[in-house]
Amino acid sequence: MKYFNTAWKNIRRSPYQALAAILIMTLTFLAVSFFAFLLFGSSEIINYFESKPQVTAFFRNEAKQDEINALENQLSSTGKTSSIKFVSKQDALKIYKEQNKNDPLLLDLVTADVLPSSFEISTQKIEDLSVISDMLKKSSLVSDVIYQKDVVSALTAWTGAIRKIGIGLVALLSLVSIFIMATIIGIKISRKKEDIEIMRLIGATNWYIRWPFLFEGVLYGLVGAFVGWLIATVTLLYFTPFLESFLKGIPVLPAAPASLLLLLGIEVLFAIFLGVLSSFLAVFRYLK
Amino acid sequence: MIKLENVSKKFGTGAFGVSDVSFSIEKGEFVFLVGSTGSGKTTLLRLLIRDILPTEGNIMVNDWDVVKLPKDKLSKLRKHVGFVFQDLKLLMDRTVLENVVLPLEVSGSNQQEAVLIVDDILKQVGLMEHKEKFPAQLSGGELQRVAIARSLVLSPEILLADEPTGNLDQATSWEIVKILSDINKKGTTIIMATHNMDIIKSLKKRILHIEKGKILKDEKKPLSAQEEKDEEKKESHKHKENKESEEIQEKEKK
Repeated sequence: MKYFNTAWKNIRRSPYQALAAILIMTLTFLAVSFFAFLLFGSSEIINYFESKPQVTAFFRNEAKQDEINALENQLSSTGKTSSIKFVSKQDALKIYKEQNKNDPLLLDLVTADVLPSSFEISTQKIEDLSVISDMLKKSSLVSDVIYQKDVVSALTAWTGAIRKIGIGLVALLSLVSIFIMATIIGIKISRKKEDIEIMRLIGATNWYIRWPFLFEGVLYGLVGAFVGWLIATVTLLYFTPFLESFLKGIPVLPAAPASLLLLLGIEVLFAIFLGVLSSFLAVFRYLK
Repeated sequence: MIKLENVSKKFGTGAFGVSDVSFSIEKGEFVFLVGSTGSGKTTLLRLLIRDILPTEGNIMVNDWDVVKLPKDKLSKLRKHVGFVFQDLKLLMDRTVLENVVLPLEVSGSNQQEAVLIVDDILKQVGLMEHKEKFPAQLSGGELQRVAIARSLVLSPEILLADEPTGNLDQATSWEIVKILSDINKKGTTIIMATHNMDIIKSLKKRILHIEKGKILKDEKKPLSAQEEKDEEKKESHKHKENKESEEIQEKEKK
């Protein structure tokens, strides 16, 4: 507590340096938070698609109902399907209206004629999707087959890219913040050189002198982490309604408070690590 | 106990701070270290708390072999040896109280206890009313007393005072010396570097003369308790006589 008081006094007496240190930490943790949201969200989306092995086949307008029924029988006779749901043009319109109920402009433009009728077919196993989709593609009734393996692989590729960019950016920002903090703490140590010398002469141990500087680094890290997390979380909550309608029924949002707190916990640990590391750099360079 | 054996300190410039110095000081002694500026007084004192290391020789302070003392034990040595620095080395951005409490903070004593000890010491050196002031608000004599107070809070067994009366007028110098000899009476070994001959002559303590880094003379004249009493009696008698003769003179004038 005594070391914490000294650290706090140091911060109060040089507010601009403290502000610089906290801002760079905030920036780092803002990036950490946003990339965590992106990674978590995209992996949830992938999970959602993977847990629902589904093929959607859209019928041509000229497809007749008995032909469609025949196709249905043919599909279920393979024994690989778990459910086949026929979505008529009217049903499609209903779904469309439900998804866009907040956007009257989009509702006005669309009638049941524009929307194709379709089959939503689930299979017992994810491997069976390709067999079913091949059967559907051969049928003359079907205009288009959406096969979720494509969606999943596209998403996986995107997630991979986001992860790489995120890790790169966070690593770079962490490095920058470590160096900036080490420099700031170094400046403070140099400015207090005389005081430190006096303390040594009256019997202060090295650790007595080092602790306040270590605490100072940790404090910058903690404040930065909390502010960064807060900004990111508030932004996420603000955009949640918009993102929810964009994701159309994929249950990713709203984010669970528990996961947000978990993220904060991880960031706090990371902040302590960054703070201690940068203070250590400064302390061992300037306080031998 | 302090013991130096053939201690030399050669500085990087090639100049000797002290050369081939040997002496020992018993527990509870009061020793003046006398010499002109640049004679090596400060060097000698700095060697005793290992602010600098000797080039040659052995230094024992209590049971510590100062030269071989590992770095992590250094703070322990310095907690047992109080030092009043010539340039005081007070922290200018801290109050008198904060300056004086620092050694206690450093040694990890609890805060309530520390406040009591500091109050006691501040009373002893007469600084209670200046407790909350900053060094810049104090006079030279008061600053000196702050430095002494700081060196005393850990009740050191040994106190090294480097020209503690350096910049002070006669009256204030005597106040400082009075404080130091009171401390000495309580059992603290004191080495005081000075070139104030008035003080040295009238206190009648052991004197180590140092010139150009060498001990020239070791005047041991510790008075016995009886002698000290006689001395005091003589002084007061003289004082009385003087006063009486002044009174007679004044009466005659009238």
